[in-house]
Order: sequence, then structure tokens, then C-alpha cells
Amino acid sequence: MGRSLKKGPYVDEKLAAKIRELNARNEKRVIKTWARACTIIPEFVGHTIAVHDGRKHVPVYITEDMIGHRLGEFAPTRTFRGHGHHTERSTALK
Amino acid sequence: MARIAGVDLPREKRVEVALTYIYGLGPTKARQVLAIARVDPSTRVRNLTEEEVSRLREAIDRNCKVEGDLQREVQMNIKRLIDIGCYRGLRHRRGLPVRGQRTRTNARTRKGPRKTVGVRRKK
Repeated sequence: MGRSLKKGPYVDEKLAAKIRELNARNEKRVIKTWARACTIIPEFVGHTIAVHDGRKHVPVYITEDMIGHRLGEFAPTRTFRGHGHHTERSTALK
Repeated sequence: MARIAGVDLPREKRVEVALTYIYGLGPTKARQVLAIARVDPSTRVRNLTEEEVSRLREAIDRNCKVEGDLQREVQMNIKRLIDIGCYRGLRHRRGLPVRGQRTRTNARTRKGPRKTVGVRRKK
């Protein structure tokens, strides 16, 4: 399934650099990003990252359990509003 | 009477096969366990000696996670996915296939029996 171990995890360097800078200055700020494919690394824990879902940026608070997952997994790209409802006609036919 | 890792005791089968009745042991693992315990895979369960049974028990205890423990581990993994709110977790929550399968048709294992829905017309 996954990526080759030889390659190592894919981390978006621009994003990682921004996070490192925040860590160095002990600051917390929401960072917008489009890098959905970026793997979450331990440095990200405790930050809130706004991940693009194709329309807007979804704020994701990173916890320890999320390490190794990718940012995009936490910002769904589809909104499911539901299909029809159970009506008399649809249930009576059985 | 062979009772290994809880409730399991299929009697007339070869041990090789009988061990796969334990949750967490398939054909491969069963053969590995037999090799470790130095038991002939082709003996029938009813012909196992007490000593062989205890060797098997020990081999399984040492090398495999089976039954309740394994089930718990699987449940914990799923719970983790649900708690962190990732895509796979959402799919578990909804009872839909997790690994990108189509849902327009099929996917009945995850979705359960068909539920007919009607349209609600606007007035």
C-alpha cells in the first residue's frame, strides 16, 4: 500500500520550515496550506494547520495520534448531504 | 481433550487445520506454531498427548496474539482512526467501505441489507 521506505516520508518543506520557525519562537498560529499529501511529522503536534479541501481551509488541530497520517486525511473533499428519505411508498412495497 | 487459547476444541481434524479454528491463526501461523512446538502437523487432535498439547499452548502464548487480545487490538486500532477524525475513521463511523471501493453498487458487506429510499417531492 504505502510509500517505499527508501524514499522516506513526504514532507512539504515550505510548511515544515514555517512550523520550525513557530517552534523556535514558541508561537502558535494557524497556517494555511494546500499540501494535503504532506505526512504529519512529530514537529507538527500541537499546531493548528488549515488544510485546503478544494473550497476552503479546514482547521485541523494536530495530536500525537495523527503522526504518520497525511494532512489531507483530515480535510474531507466531499460533503454528503444524504439521499432520499424513507417514505411510505418505498417501505410499503416490501 | 485439547483446549487451547480459550474455547477451541475441534477433534477429528489434523492439528494443522484444527489450529486455524483459533482466531488469529491461519494456515501459515498454524504450521509455524507446530514447528516451534515440534508436533507433527498431520496428527489428529484426538491423538495428541497431554504433553504435546501443553507444548502447543506454550508456543502460541509466546509467539502469537490470539482471540480476545487480538480482537481488542483490532478494535483499538479502529477506535483510534475514528477518534482522530481521519478519512478512514469517518468511513468506519458511517459503516462504509474504508479502502476506496465503489459504493454506487455492491459494498453490501459493509452496508448491510439494501434499504430502499424514496424521493421527497417538493410542494
